[in-house]
Amino acid sequence: MLMNLFKFKGGVKPPTNKTQSLGRPIAQAPIPSRLVVPLHQSIGGTPRPVVQAGDKVLKGQLIGEADGWISAAVHAPTSGTVVDVAMHVQPHPSGLDALCVVIEPDGKDEWIPREPVDYKALTPEQVRERLQQAGVVGLGGAVFPTHGKLTASKTVPMEEMVINGAECEPFITCDDLLMRERAEEVVRGAGIFRDLLQPKKVLIGIEDNKPEAAAAMRAAVQAVGETFEVIQVPTLYPAGGAKQLIRVLTGKEVPAAKRSTDLGVQCFNVATAYTAWRAIAHGEPVVSRLVTVTGNVHEPRNYEVLIGTPMDELLKLATPHPDTDGIVMGGPMMGFLVPDPKVPVVKATNCLIAHSDRLFPPKAPEMPCIRCGACAQACPHELQPFEMYWFSRAKNFGKTQEYHIFDCIECGCCSFVCPSRIPLVQYFRFAKSEIWAREREKNAADQAKERFEFKQLREEREKAEKAEKLAKAAAAQAAKKAAEAAAAAASGDTPAEAPGPASAETATTPAAPSAADAEKAAKLATIQAAMERAKAQREAAQPKNTEQLTPEQQRAADEIEARRVAAKLVEPVASANPANEKAE
Amino acid sequence: MFAPAPFLLKDTSVSQVMTQVCIALVPGIAAYAWLVGPAILVQLVIATLAALLAETAMLRIQKKPLTIFLSDGSAVVTAWLIALTFPPLAPWWLVVIGTVFAIVVAKHLYGGLGQNPFNPAMVAFAVCIVSFPALMSQWPSVGLQLPLLDQINVILGLAPRVDALSSATPLDAMKTALKLGEGMQDVPALLANQDIYGNFAGRGWEWVAIGYLLGGLWMWQRKLITWHVPVSFIGAMVLLSGGLWLFNPAQFASPLFHLLSGGAMIGAFFIATDPVSGSTTPRGKLIFGAGAGLLAYIIRVFGGYPDGVAFAVLLMNLCVPVIDLLTQPRIFGMKDADKGGQA
Repeated sequence: MLMNLFKFKGGVKPPTNKTQSLGRPIAQAPIPSRLVVPLHQSIGGTPRPVVQAGDKVLKGQLIGEADGWISAAVHAPTSGTVVDVAMHVQPHPSGLDALCVVIEPDGKDEWIPREPVDYKALTPEQVRERLQQAGVVGLGGAVFPTHGKLTASKTVPMEEMVINGAECEPFITCDDLLMRERAEEVVRGAGIFRDLLQPKKVLIGIEDNKPEAAAAMRAAVQAVGETFEVIQVPTLYPAGGAKQLIRVLTGKEVPAAKRSTDLGVQCFNVATAYTAWRAIAHGEPVVSRLVTVTGNVHEPRNYEVLIGTPMDELLKLATPHPDTDGIVMGGPMMGFLVPDPKVPVVKATNCLIAHSDRLFPPKAPEMPCIRCGACAQACPHELQPFEMYWFSRAKNFGKTQEYHIFDCIECGCCSFVCPSRIPLVQYFRFAKSEIWAREREKNAADQAKERFEFKQLREEREKAEKAEKLAKAAAAQAAKKAAEAAAAAASGDTPAEAPGPASAETATTPAAPSAADAEKAAKLATIQAAMERAKAQREAAQPKNTEQLTPEQQRAADEIEARRVAAKLVEPVASANPANEKAE
Repeated sequence: MFAPAPFLLKDTSVSQVMTQVCIALVPGIAAYAWLVGPAILVQLVIATLAALLAETAMLRIQKKPLTIFLSDGSAVVTAWLIALTFPPLAPWWLVVIGTVFAIVVAKHLYGGLGQNPFNPAMVAFAVCIVSFPALMSQWPSVGLQLPLLDQINVILGLAPRVDALSSATPLDAMKTALKLGEGMQDVPALLANQDIYGNFAGRGWEWVAIGYLLGGLWMWQRKLITWHVPVSFIGAMVLLSGGLWLFNPAQFASPLFHLLSGGAMIGAFFIATDPVSGSTTPRGKLIFGAGAGLLAYIIRVFGGYPDGVAFAVLLMNLCVPVIDLLTQPRIFGMKDADKGGQA
């Protein structure tokens, strides 16, 4: 079973600190006094709560229903009473609250009726749906709903399936102990995945600092009668990163822009395979997980912990030293300090490290970058972190993208080796979040602009329609007035003054000599009054009716205008098409 | 609040890096003091003091924290490189001017640690050789048997600068003799002069160069430097000098002579490898090193200056932004061609 392994560039070798928590077998953590189960524990849609305060629940009972395909159900970790469905602080660096189901355990730990099935009798769709209903998600830390990864690409044949038992982060040993103690179930879980994806090969990658786990897995593979290859890979952080392990085992490099299935590879964590088997073959949804409790504690150990257990209660089991001043969730390379010691254990919690300054001394002050390039040599994605750092610092985010900032997996190798103690990963997170924020803003602005432009278009259309109506009305009015004036004039002996359809010539002289002065004066007064009214009307109508006219409307208006000019009702200058000047 | 992940950090710091560079210089310095004269130790002290004083003043003016930046060791490295590239009996004020110019102008006026586009030590060398060409060209003959105290007096200006102090470097002597000889002199005959030349190059100096080589190899082994710059620097110099030497061995010295003469070794391992002013990508480092090696040879053999390393490095410093831009390595997952589409 000798196999040619590939290498990824970069990587670092931090002290592994794993032996501390490997001394004793997995222990069952007691049921805590209260469980706070967040509904959103996986990537994708937030499950909808299906219980309310006062409901009695059994262990494994559905409490949160998957919302959409990329989402996974959430279950009651033990039997008891729902006391609240409310916002609680989350194990996330942001310290934000999210909706949780709070359960007071009754201590009986009474299961729902479990329905083991033989998955071979089910269709692949049914298996995937069962996994979703059981809340099976990637337990390596990314918590992507597993059923969403179990459909092979239609175009690329599935060549390799990688089972990730590398566990490269220092301090963490939960996968190691899982493989040592429950190897057979891991192998059987991998068998389910294999049957769904139909890869040519199944490769189980384990770092070579876990020989016991590798031996146990090999034995289990044989016992189950599978043909999986158990491969020990060199211990080099971050060999357990999915992309790095795929590279080491298959030689394939998955770029940020692609999915591994595009290259015919899929990767699952060993704990995910284990929970998948429990879900299918035992009917047990994911209500607990293995958590390494280590760091600044007397008795580091791995525990099987109910989801929702407050972290401080779990930490107490390992008796933390008095100078413990915080809890790190995850490993020391990529983990984070939880915002509150009471935050619950979730499906992504693989490790708790009691933090103290003795364990992790405070960092020396940040110095300027000396371009030594140690970060570039350590980067497993072969990026140029110091260049991205300059541009992140300068907020030149376009440049950070040119240097492929979104290929950064935030493994922390660059920060680890930096002699200037620059928290490089923080700069990159900052740059990424700024870029996302700007993209969101831009999208929002684009949408607003679209809405605004549509509104403008609509308003203009309405205006034009109104203007047309007004123009018609004004023309009719003017014609009527003119007709009246003409009628008035016709009652005397002077020629018509008012505009008529073909009266341009005849209307040039305002008044002709007549016999009766009084009669003349009366006529003049009438004509003047008519002119005043027409002028007033024109002025009233003009400002509104001249924008965005159709050619026909414009022509009609021009004709009317020409007649008015001819009739000296208006000054010619004022009639020069004002619509053009007003156009914006 | 706590600092963010990673919580584990490698035991490293800028001052550790700089200290190791200084340690790597020790074999060369030891050979220098032993074979050429212990006065170099005095020059090292003078340069170090001048550098630290200039650094303190500049940090004060900019209100930067003194202890952190004084202890980073970068000023000391600059000072040592200046002392080691200046004539060993140069007057104290020349060394001080060079050092102060390096720290004040070449380093801090450009923004301080990590910001200088030019190698400060080489800026000091260039400024002084242009401003004080005579003093910068006066090297004591290796056979000079002047007691240390008298040497110190010369440095401090308390004793007159006698003729014996003002011979040329072996490299310069070779060039001048070949030039004056107008084809009548030949290299093997010149090398036979045991007063100036030893087994491979300048008497005594060749061992200093080998000391730098050893220190450089140690830095490579400690991963303080990568192999790219020294290999391409030396490779380029060997190719060019070797070609001309094969073409006309009477008029061109051998590659070995050139590698062990002047600033070639200290340049290849300690100066061209300066990360701040040098290229940072693997291919960029190869171009940078090769360019510096070629230019150094051209200037020292065909130019007017006794050695070409300083100008070669400065000229290549100028090209670094373009070199880096054009030699960005392909990243993980994007090596096979451009079909990925992500620019």
